Amino acid sequence: MPVPPIVAFNHVVKRYGDGPVVIDGIDLTAAPGDFISLIGPSGCGKSTLLRLIAGLSPLTGGSLTVDGRTPEDAAAELAFVFQEPTLLPWLTVAHNIEVAQQLRGVSAADRATARRRAVELVRLHGRDSAYPRQLSGGQKMRVSLARALTLEPKILLLDEPFGALDEMTREHLNEELLDIREKQAWTAFFVTHSVAEAVFLSNRIIVMSANPGRIHREVRVDFPYPRTEATRLSRPYHDLVAEVSGLLRSVENT
Amino acid sequence: MRRPFLNILLPLGTGLLMVACWYAVRHALSEDLKFLLPTPDEIWAALQANSESLSRATLNTSKGAVLGFVLAVVVSFGLALILSLSHLIRASLYPYLMILQMMPIIVIAPILVLWVGAGLNSVVIITFLICFFPLVVNTTQGLISTDRNLVELFRMYRATRWQETFWLRVPAALPYFFTGLRIAAVLAPIGALVGDYTAGSSAGDGGGLGFQAIIYSSQAKYSALFATAAVTCILGFVFAGAVNILSWLALSKWHDSYHRTDN
Repeated sequence: MPVPPIVAFNHVVKRYGDGPVVIDGIDLTAAPGDFISLIGPSGCGKSTLLRLIAGLSPLTGGSLTVDGRTPEDAAAELAFVFQEPTLLPWLTVAHNIEVAQQLRGVSAADRATARRRAVELVRLHGRDSAYPRQLSGGQKMRVSLARALTLEPKILLLDEPFGALDEMTREHLNEELLDIREKQAWTAFFVTHSVAEAVFLSNRIIVMSANPGRIHREVRVDFPYPRTEATRLSRPYHDLVAEVSGLLRSVENT
Repeated sequence: MRRPFLNILLPLGTGLLMVACWYAVRHALSEDLKFLLPTPDEIWAALQANSESLSRATLNTSKGAVLGFVLAVVVSFGLALILSLSHLIRASLYPYLMILQMMPIIVIAPILVLWVGAGLNSVVIITFLICFFPLVVNTTQGLISTDRNLVELFRMYRATRWQETFWLRVPAALPYFFTGLRIAAVLAPIGALVGDYTAGSSAGDGGGLGFQAIIYSSQAKYSALFATAAVTCILGFVFAGAVNILSWLALSKWHDSYHRTDN
């Protein structure tokens, strides 16, 4: 018996008010455990797709189910990571990590347990009482990631989370994200501008075209997990990066 | 030279230079005009000679200043919360807040005396009126300047209006609030003094510094007048210092203003 999809877009159309159609006729289903990267030129509506899954904005047409329910009803199954670390500067690292749970009314004892587990996952030891201004860009992003992981979400929405980081930090965090995925089974929707990052992380890459946002092509990435530095050095990896880059160039030129 | 050392030495040097100029000007004045500018030592003597009336007046003015200041903080905070709700509310109320600020105290004072009587009540209300505006404007600005990304985060996690206000907007507004508080802290003793001068009363436990200033000037006690001015300045410094300590306690751990790496 096939596993029911965790997210299912069915002919989804979205426009804001009387504005132009942002995304048009999206059909996409995600199986539990999928790591789906969304890549495409600016204006292709990749961030809008995340907002729709999050139930922050109503559909204009089509239907969308998240964990078998409407996006609004499934909100508790989701966690988010943005490009900005979005930490509260007046709270310590420990409090920042617990904020998402606090908003959902989790008890103090349960918050502390989940926080310790998340700190373990993102490898950010001994910084519990630090304030965000004392952290590096990579450390802030680890806090932001830990905050999302404390919710043990079924679906993780990541909107260019590592876009502002330097190459080295980004690669480290990519590897750690996959490590975490081995221990916490969520389905990921990952918006990025980096083809290399998309190929390294995902099992599916959705290349989108803009005006209006449509799915141009889906690319399957069949390298086995766990992926490591060796994956990045392998020939098939480079071939696939070249292929996806080519697809991206073709949609950007039209 | 080390900066902390310079930070003490430089103002001290400026102060000594000013005192030297002061004595020089006084020395240059002809005998019949010397009463216009008492020297610091004469002012010190007047301070000691009038210590009883001055300390009582200082206490009364402090009382008026503290009460008016605290009232302004509480009311302005509540109003700022309401104003932060929507720009329609701000648009409807701002002109009237401006009017409140524009109203000249010396005109209001006799009306207040008529309404609530001369003395502490009027002094508190006048102090309140003077402190209120910078507090409400700065706090409101802070409450509506919350980082968009953080608001988005709270909305995504379905934070309630209450959580968004008190866990996010209020702490984020603290630096703005303290900017208003610093201005109000310097204004509060002046407000109480002006209030006392225009609507004070010697009834009960005597007037404040403003009332004392009226008495000294009617008695041509110019050294004592200077002493009154000095005491008011010190009161201002105490207020400003207290607010600086509060601000340090609330912000120093996390806010960038306490961690400048430049200049």
